[in-house]
Amino acid sequence: MSVDQKTVRRIAHLARIKVSEEDVPRLEGELNSILHWIEQLNEVDVQGVEPLTSVVAMEMKKRQDVVTDGHYPTDVTKNAPASEDEFFMVPKVVE
Amino acid sequence: MTSLTSLTIAAARDGLKKKAFSARELTDAYLDAMAKARVLNAYVVETPEQARAMADASDARIAKSEAGALEGIPLGIKDLFATKGVHTQAASHVLDGFKPPYESTVTSNLWRDGAVMLGKLNMDEFAMGSSNETSYYGNVINPWRRRNSNAALVPGGSSGGSASAVAAHICAGATATDTGGSIRQPAAFTGTVGIKPTYGRCSRWGVVAFASSLDQAGPIARDVRDAAILLKSMASVDAKDTTSVDHPVPDYEAVIGKPIKGLRVGIPREYRVDGTPAEIDALWDKAAKWLKEQGAEIVEISLPHTKYALPAYYIVAPAEASSNLARYDGVRYGLRVPGDDIVSMYENTRAAGFGREVQRRVMIGTYVLSAGYYDAYYVRAQKVRTLIKQDFDKAWDKVDVVLTPATPSPAFAPGEITDPVQMYLNDIFTVTVNMAGLPGISVPGGLSEQGLPMGLQLIGKPFDEATLFQVGYAIEEAAGKFEAPKWW
Repeated sequence: MSVDQKTVRRIAHLARIKVSEEDVPRLEGELNSILHWIEQLNEVDVQGVEPLTSVVAMEMKKRQDVVTDGHYPTDVTKNAPASEDEFFMVPKVVE
Repeated sequence: MTSLTSLTIAAARDGLKKKAFSARELTDAYLDAMAKARVLNAYVVETPEQARAMADASDARIAKSEAGALEGIPLGIKDLFATKGVHTQAASHVLDGFKPPYESTVTSNLWRDGAVMLGKLNMDEFAMGSSNETSYYGNVINPWRRRNSNAALVPGGSSGGSASAVAAHICAGATATDTGGSIRQPAAFTGTVGIKPTYGRCSRWGVVAFASSLDQAGPIARDVRDAAILLKSMASVDAKDTTSVDHPVPDYEAVIGKPIKGLRVGIPREYRVDGTPAEIDALWDKAAKWLKEQGAEIVEISLPHTKYALPAYYIVAPAEASSNLARYDGVRYGLRVPGDDIVSMYENTRAAGFGREVQRRVMIGTYVLSAGYYDAYYVRAQKVRTLIKQDFDKAWDKVDVVLTPATPSPAFAPGEITDPVQMYLNDIFTVTVNMAGLPGISVPGGLSEQGLPMGLQLIGKPFDEATLFQVGYAIEEAAGKFEAPKWW
């Protein structure tokens, strides 16, 4: 499988990365060279093989659904590029 | 007296215990050496005030006979580990100015045992790279150079700052992380020892995530004993990482020097790859001979799916990365580049904040997970991963440990490899270990014709790091240790 320039623009938008028009041909080439290389996986017979979900044989850990942490909103918002009254500030989303 | 920075962790520990020097003197010696080695660009930030305060606290504990296992030992910390109030940016522009209000579990364990932080170490951006050329903070330089050459070489990656700093003696040891080879490949390029433990051995909490099913923390050190000392402190079960495993942490140092007689060492035939330099294959044969001479039994084995590990990795790792890196959106931390609306703010921020390699991987990951392609790419790759793991499961019936080369070449020059797929091939011998969740150690085996270090890799059964230290030490005894001639 390979990607065309339209697909490159679509993936970039899905990934929320702005790509300039002059970068699209470069990315098309780079992504296709990686995708062609990984196509060798099609040689492998995976019939009846379960996909791996965990490398370590262990039962999934569970805990009580209770609050164990929190109550420090100043710390949480301290690194934000824009915050006010312990809220994150973003451009207007809803008119 | 020899210079304090030339001491291994074990030797410094003994000197501190005997009060031959103080923790403060040791830390000051390192801070001085760091200032003189800035040309290597190994540190992205030095923390001298914090280091001196921690060293003074160590001296106070030593005076009260309350010293911990790493009391007063000065370490460098890869920029991927969250350190409270200190630069933690995964060497990325997108995390500009980020200072976490919390501490990673691995570094907390080190400070609990008395270690001293010298600063944060450079790395490939978000641990994506094999040459430390993708850092926002510039290339790291390898202390090693080709014989009769002044040309700079890469230290490997992604833990290039860690490896370079350990090799240049500007820290006693360093933390590092390994997703596809990022501890073992730079260790091999710099003549140092690096171990990626079993998945789940060290807590991932507070380590900036790249590919969560593959990421593991581990140490880079000057020799096998030092690596054993560091891993003992770093490893722990942690309620904050549900994939960390509740399995006792053995005293790894106790196996150093234990005879290897009777151990079965596997040589996988699939690791003889066309195009590998003859001197790498020759070193591999020589290492098998060393182990045989010490009483180990050499067994040829087959790991048939080896060649598919790297392409499968380049589906699984970017897929997980595209998901993990979704959080860098210019809202909660780091860089924000304004836009006309919120979506263009996200897009502008991520375009300016991520470097080219990171953007490439996020896009590959987004593509393989997108509607209609998930089964063809991601599910197939995870099935191949099962087959890779089964190859090793079968091998463990016949052998106790597997011996391979660590890398397909010694260190190369910056700019020498520009094709992404060519760069990915650096991890051809190391990536299988991450895909199967196994422990792997890289130990220097010798120097190339051009005078550069070459590494050997040992792969172990799950949670059998002890055997890696035991056999790694046997290799070190036979090969000797290698130190970069100082030019900086």
